[in-house]
Amino acid sequence: MSTTVDPNQVAVDEHPVSPFLRMDRIPHIWCPTCGIGTVVKCFATALDETGVDLDKTSIVSGIGCTGRVAGYMKLDAFHTTHGRAIPFATGLKLGRPELLVTVFSGDGDLVGIGGNHFIHAARRNMDLMIILVNNFIYGMTGGQNAPTTPLKARSSTMPFGNFERPFNLPHLAASCGATYVARWTCLHIRRLTKSFKEAIRRKGFRFIEVIAPCSTLYARLNKLGTGFNLMQFYHDNAEIRPDADTRDVDIEFQDNIICGKFVDEERPTFTEMMNEHYQQKLGDKYVPLPPEGGLLHE
Amino acid sequence: MKYWRKPLDFDQVKIPRGEVRIIADRCKGCGFCVEYCPKDVLVLSEEFNRKGYHPPKVVKHGECVNCNLCAMICPDFAIYSVPLEEEASSDQQSAVSSQQSVEEQGTDR
Repeated sequence: MSTTVDPNQVAVDEHPVSPFLRMDRIPHIWCPTCGIGTVVKCFATALDETGVDLDKTSIVSGIGCTGRVAGYMKLDAFHTTHGRAIPFATGLKLGRPELLVTVFSGDGDLVGIGGNHFIHAARRNMDLMIILVNNFIYGMTGGQNAPTTPLKARSSTMPFGNFERPFNLPHLAASCGATYVARWTCLHIRRLTKSFKEAIRRKGFRFIEVIAPCSTLYARLNKLGTGFNLMQFYHDNAEIRPDADTRDVDIEFQDNIICGKFVDEERPTFTEMMNEHYQQKLGDKYVPLPPEGGLLHE
Repeated sequence: MKYWRKPLDFDQVKIPRGEVRIIADRCKGCGFCVEYCPKDVLVLSEEFNRKGYHPPKVVKHGECVNCNLCAMICPDFAIYSVPLEEEASSDQQSAVSSQQSVEEQGTDR
């Protein structure tokens, strides 16, 4: 009933995710029991099930473990400088308004190094889909303290425990004006996929935080076992409360993780506001950029 | 599977059957598929793959229901399930036999 398949045979290409990945780069570099691969699989499934045009989908990543996603997915991709994924994605969206621009990056990249870009993209309601994989630590660079590390958690730069208050990311995004805010752990695969599918169909600044285990640094430095134990922890302690006030969804060290879709509303995006404003002020002199972009096609 | 009461659409619902495919050399032995398989079809094997990890193996043959949860949760894209169509007749037989057992239970009460 089961077949164990030789990797050189055709079954590798039969994997349902293979049309979305650059299979020559797999196996990936992520550690055993890391959760980022699961998030990638959920995103690929959401792309598959919504049936978006893959030629008009692009993915932008910064630096870090999660930043490798841009290299592994078979989409037009930017692998940008540290923290600057959102500025690159903003430029891409303004230059080619028809594209579905997804930013797929980590917590240290998007809200640590690039926190300023994050809040201003949310304030302007740029038409971007932000997938933030939160593993509570700077993984690739060696376990430094991140802006999301919970109080009392150890990291390699805080060996006696963290004393800084961490960001409450859904509240940060919602208070800056994001139109879609959700948080899941990477154990909630069906709900996460559904959330991706909803967000793909929306406009505006869509923010999805995914809690993922980091076995090599966060779990090891805090003596929590491996990512497998953290997945069991999410199973026992993740609480789905979609009507929660985003002010109350702080993450304490090894405490309840409140998941759900917190914000879902419609607001005009940056491009719509700009076009409307200039059409009012300048009238027929203003010609908005066509969806397929301007300069390259002339 | 035993039901305490017979479902109304019992004769129309067909339990899907699947077959697990494992790409052993891509596996990193995290054990997510073993832990979260709803039918407990898999265990970690004693054998090593090329990288020195223990890939999963199927122990409950024929119990996979093709839910694809292993493929969704696997971080290494190393496992998936495909629907099994060949043994449709035996599936129907098993469905009929389980239906009979349900009816027998119903008459006992």
